Amino acid sequence: MSDEILFELKNVAKKFVKGTESIAVFDNLNMSIKKGDFLAIMGPSGSGKTTLLNLLGGVDKPTAGEINFDGKRVDTLSEGQLAAWRANNIGFIFQFYNLMPMLNANRNVELPLLLTRLGKQQRKKNVAAALELVNLSDRARHMPSEMSGGQQQRVAIARALVSDPKLLLCDEPTGDLDRETADEILGILQLLNSKFGKTIVMVTHDPQAAKYAKRTLHLDKGQFVEKDLAA
Amino acid sequence: MGSLLSQIWTVIVMNIRSLPKRLWMSLAAVFAVSVVVAVLLSFLAMANGFEQTLAGTGSEKIGIISRKGSRSELNSTVSRDNINILATAPGIARDADNNPVYSAELYVIVNGIKRTTQTEVNLPLRGISLGGFELRDTVEIVAGRQFEPGRNELIVGQGVLAEFDGFELGREVRFGKTTWKVVGVFSTGGSAFESELWADALTVQTQFQRGTTFQTMRVLLEEPGNIEGIKQLAEDDPRMNLDVETEAAYFAEQGSALRGIVVFGWGLSIVMALGALAGALNTMYTSVASRGTEIATLRAIGFSNMSAFFGTLAESIVLSIIGGIVGALVSYLFLDGVTASTLGASFSQVVFDFQMSPQLFKNGIILALIIGLVGGVFPAWRAARLPVTLAFKNSM
Repeated sequence: MSDEILFELKNVAKKFVKGTESIAVFDNLNMSIKKGDFLAIMGPSGSGKTTLLNLLGGVDKPTAGEINFDGKRVDTLSEGQLAAWRANNIGFIFQFYNLMPMLNANRNVELPLLLTRLGKQQRKKNVAAALELVNLSDRARHMPSEMSGGQQQRVAIARALVSDPKLLLCDEPTGDLDRETADEILGILQLLNSKFGKTIVMVTHDPQAAKYAKRTLHLDKGQFVEKDLAA
Repeated sequence: MGSLLSQIWTVIVMNIRSLPKRLWMSLAAVFAVSVVVAVLLSFLAMANGFEQTLAGTGSEKIGIISRKGSRSELNSTVSRDNINILATAPGIARDADNNPVYSAELYVIVNGIKRTTQTEVNLPLRGISLGGFELRDTVEIVAGRQFEPGRNELIVGQGVLAEFDGFELGREVRFGKTTWKVVGVFSTGGSAFESELWADALTVQTQFQRGTTFQTMRVLLEEPGNIEGIKQLAEDDPRMNLDVETEAAYFAEQGSALRGIVVFGWGLSIVMALGALAGALNTMYTSVASRGTEIATLRAIGFSNMSAFFGTLAESIVLSIIGGIVGALVSYLFLDGVTASTLGASFSQVVFDFQMSPQLFKNGIILALIIGLVGGVFPAWRAARLPVTLAFKNSM
């Protein structure tokens, strides 16, 4: 893990307003993530794990405070700028894979590359490389419905990393899988971190999954409860 | 820009490919649009066929002279004296014997029975001089023979034979106290004359007690469209109170009688289109709801909200255009060429064919396109505004 900071949250607050009621998920939250880190975020339901993931992924904005990524402030970007930023920097892995059911594995993995200037041949090469990395070359033309949950999640991982993002954000990546398959998926994530230096943030309920991470933060009521783990 | 287009294209392809997932809802939208388009095209094809029939009836080579302001042959009278004077007008073509080519004609209404409904309708019986055949070079006797002057003999148009009972070759028909025999069937290439019965003008004059008057005079023009010589003569002579126009202009005016049908057709179709629009909106909102996670996932990956907008809009347009094409094809298959008859400007039946045309087809597709656009734009807006956080909705 490098000493360079990839993500930094400063005094971040997040409130949700419903009618006249205001619910504060975070208030004055601070944290940083270094390049090459593999961070597991755990906590009970309602603790703010997904909200934190949304803020890190630029799909939601803080009510106050600032979020810096690679030295640049991102919470002030417009919707369109955030979409471009996500395309260039973030790979998402979802609990239920979120593959496009009408596209085969190849086409699913290719999706992020459609946002780049790469030509068709180069896209094809990158897709093949990503699928090979997750040991799914033989399923390239299979539709999601023709694959097991573990295989679908591997396609989702290939999709997340095919455009070589700086950060992989994983939302309960093994929540829908049996233990054996979950270990297989977590092994791939660990490999991506240790061998390819990918920074990974993983939200999980599963302590076994968290063991694959380099460090674990516990969230409760919008605060990191093991303060020594929060930067 | 290229990236935006490829994003939009990808979303469009995904949406279209996922249509089978919403098969019945999509089919309902297609059906609604197809019905609207079919109804519209039915009206337009009817009006088009009627207009084409009448437009094809008139010739620029023929001048028609009728009483001023009569607007239809039925209301017109032209005296024998006037006809004799007008026959000397400049601009009328002459035959091999240097006689002017013209036909003094009568136009009376007789009864017929419409084959499809077995109802009594008005049919035009045209009394025609022999010069009338020289004038109309499209006339062809397709069965039987020509009527003989001075005898109660009829020849009937092909349209009459097809649409009305009792005019088969050899049959005798009774009009009032007189009996006529059908001796021939004629064709004029599909014009409104085929909706008529023809007989000798002087015999009609006698049998229908018209004295010495006729209703119109038709002349063969030396130069197509040039009626100036005849017009001048009619205007200069104080004894005459006549309109002179080309036959083409006369029938074009008559053809506009169904313009109201076109307006009605559009009006009805627009009202029905509102229903189809509701169907399209419902389908597309359902589509957006069922693809919410997919749309949000694409947005999370970095696809722009424009791609979600245009992808949804394209789905709506595709469904509507399919509906439009189906509606147009149904109209074409079931209506194009179907023979019908309706009351013309002379209160007599005009037989015509429903006629589809590329222009009408285009009108139907444009209507479908409008339904697709309006029915898609609001759901597309919703798709574009879906929160990206929806991609994570199944977690946590």
